[in-house]
Amino acid sequence: MSAVITANGLTKRYKSALALDNTSFQIEPGRIVGLIGPNGAGKTTALKAILGLTDFSGELNVLGFDPRKQRDKLMGEVCFIADVAVLPRWIKVSQAIDFVANVHPRFDRKKCEAFLARTKLQPSQRVRQMSKGMIVQLHLALVMAIDARLLILDEPTLGLDILYRKQFYQNLLEDYFDENKTIIVTTHQVEEVEHILTDLMFIRDGRIVLDADMDAVGERFIEVMVGADKADAARALKPIDERQVFGKSIFLFDGANRAVLEQLGETRRPSISDLFVATMKGTYA
Amino acid sequence: MKTFYWLVKREFWEHRGGFFWAPVITGGIFLLLNIMGIITAEVLGARQGISFGASGGLRKVIEGMDAGDMSKVGFALDIAMYSAMGLLIVVLGFVVFFYCLGALYDDRRDRSILFWKSLPISDASTVLSKVVSATVVAPIVAVIVGIIVGMLQLLIVAITLSFHGVNVWQLLVLAHPFKVMFNLIGYIPLYVLWAAPAVGWLLICSAWARSKPFLWAVALPVGAGLLVSWFGIMGLFNLPATWFWKNIVQRALFSVFPGSGSIFSADSDNMVSHVTGSDALDLVNTWHMAASPNLWIGVVIGAALLAGATWFRRWRDDS
Repeated sequence: MSAVITANGLTKRYKSALALDNTSFQIEPGRIVGLIGPNGAGKTTALKAILGLTDFSGELNVLGFDPRKQRDKLMGEVCFIADVAVLPRWIKVSQAIDFVANVHPRFDRKKCEAFLARTKLQPSQRVRQMSKGMIVQLHLALVMAIDARLLILDEPTLGLDILYRKQFYQNLLEDYFDENKTIIVTTHQVEEVEHILTDLMFIRDGRIVLDADMDAVGERFIEVMVGADKADAARALKPIDERQVFGKSIFLFDGANRAVLEQLGETRRPSISDLFVATMKGTYA
Repeated sequence: MKTFYWLVKREFWEHRGGFFWAPVITGGIFLLLNIMGIITAEVLGARQGISFGASGGLRKVIEGMDAGDMSKVGFALDIAMYSAMGLLIVVLGFVVFFYCLGALYDDRRDRSILFWKSLPISDASTVLSKVVSATVVAPIVAVIVGIIVGMLQLLIVAITLSFHGVNVWQLLVLAHPFKVMFNLIGYIPLYVLWAAPAVGWLLICSAWARSKPFLWAVALPVGAGLLVSWFGIMGLFNLPATWFWKNIVQRALFSVFPGSGSIFSADSDNMVSHVTGSDALDLVNTWHMAASPNLWIGVVIGAALLAGATWFRRWRDDS
């Protein structure tokens, strides 16, 4: 199967800043991709470009469509949740279902109602009467009932409590994701998506600085906890990051020899957040 | 087609207050005022010892009427029906005006545009659904409410008179409720055409403005009008400055008020002035406007403005 998204030389300039700087990447079907970057790195701009919500220069192919020219057709195959709480405040649960059921050919009403049955939402309830968490539940139920090939989530759990956040990703994995679907998610709560991602993309200043699947990340990046006596030896191997914990140093290596590192101390796979911090060093400086 | 139906339905859900409750409440107030007026008149009349029905004077008047008088009564009753519509039309104008200003702006402000845009709907049909809601759905509701209120109005008058021993039911036959209905509904297509430039202008402001669409929509034409008047720019075309006010400013802002076409259309001066009474509202007469270039130039400009609104809806990137 061919790639879901192919981007070539994507560039987007806002008045003052370059949001996307000649970026190229490819996303394969059946993956869950985490697009992670600091504030203002161009994540949302990249997603907007994919969804045809903004103009840009360069080549971009999403499911065989050009998002600039074939946006409405593309939206038949793509779903997105852009930020929390973008559902119109006046709409009732029943109206939202009716509307989507009648304008979206791939919407499965029964599925949506089954998802909603697991929540406290009532058909006559209006969005303005709901908490943020409930709005996301409704939005997710609507989106999961659509048999789309690509789902894009831009900070879908921002501002939700931990129960809603856990449940959100759990529903997504258990009831939605399969090998024909692709999910792209951006979030700052990296720890929560870490274990569900199959691919990782770091974006910084409009460029993709890391693009690898999770297995490759585990191969390539190694974290070693080294006692004070061997710290200099570790430093000689040019780690990309160093931090101190309980009198020991933790070094992060990119593409170093695992056998050599194991002699220095205990090795492990770095968490995405540590990797992120190391990669983005100096972003705001 | 099904999608479009649901888009219009969506507008009605969101704006039930303006489209439905505003005319209903206005109609209710209209009837209430009438009833209060009648009661006041009755009380005052009783206090002064005037009892105009009992003496049979009115009955005699009715009996003495010839065919010409009868048709005048019919007109008067028709006018009573139209009068209910008059108030509703003003309300409708305001509803449509503010609906258009918010139609492509409110969902950008509260960011729910991100939800609407996640559905497979073209921006052209979105904009078109708003045009249809403003110029067809809202007037139809207003006309239906207006007709019901008009009929109730006749009923109230009839009942009041029958308390005075005057049987006016025979007079009600002289009214032409169906003609009134036909005239009002038949006016709607004309309204769609006449309102086009204003709807287009308001929607393009709504789609374009980053904030305060009302201010832009009003300030731009009025500001331009002031400049034109001040510097006498229209003099270059051998036209008075009022031409600009009448044909640009007024058309851009006030064409959403139904009937404004007949009132200040450019050729109203040479409109058939011998038509009097409720006949002026007959379609034969109102549709005279369809021959005026003013109407059709407005339609063309309205279409261009709507195309612009669609473009802004597609590419405005600020949510």
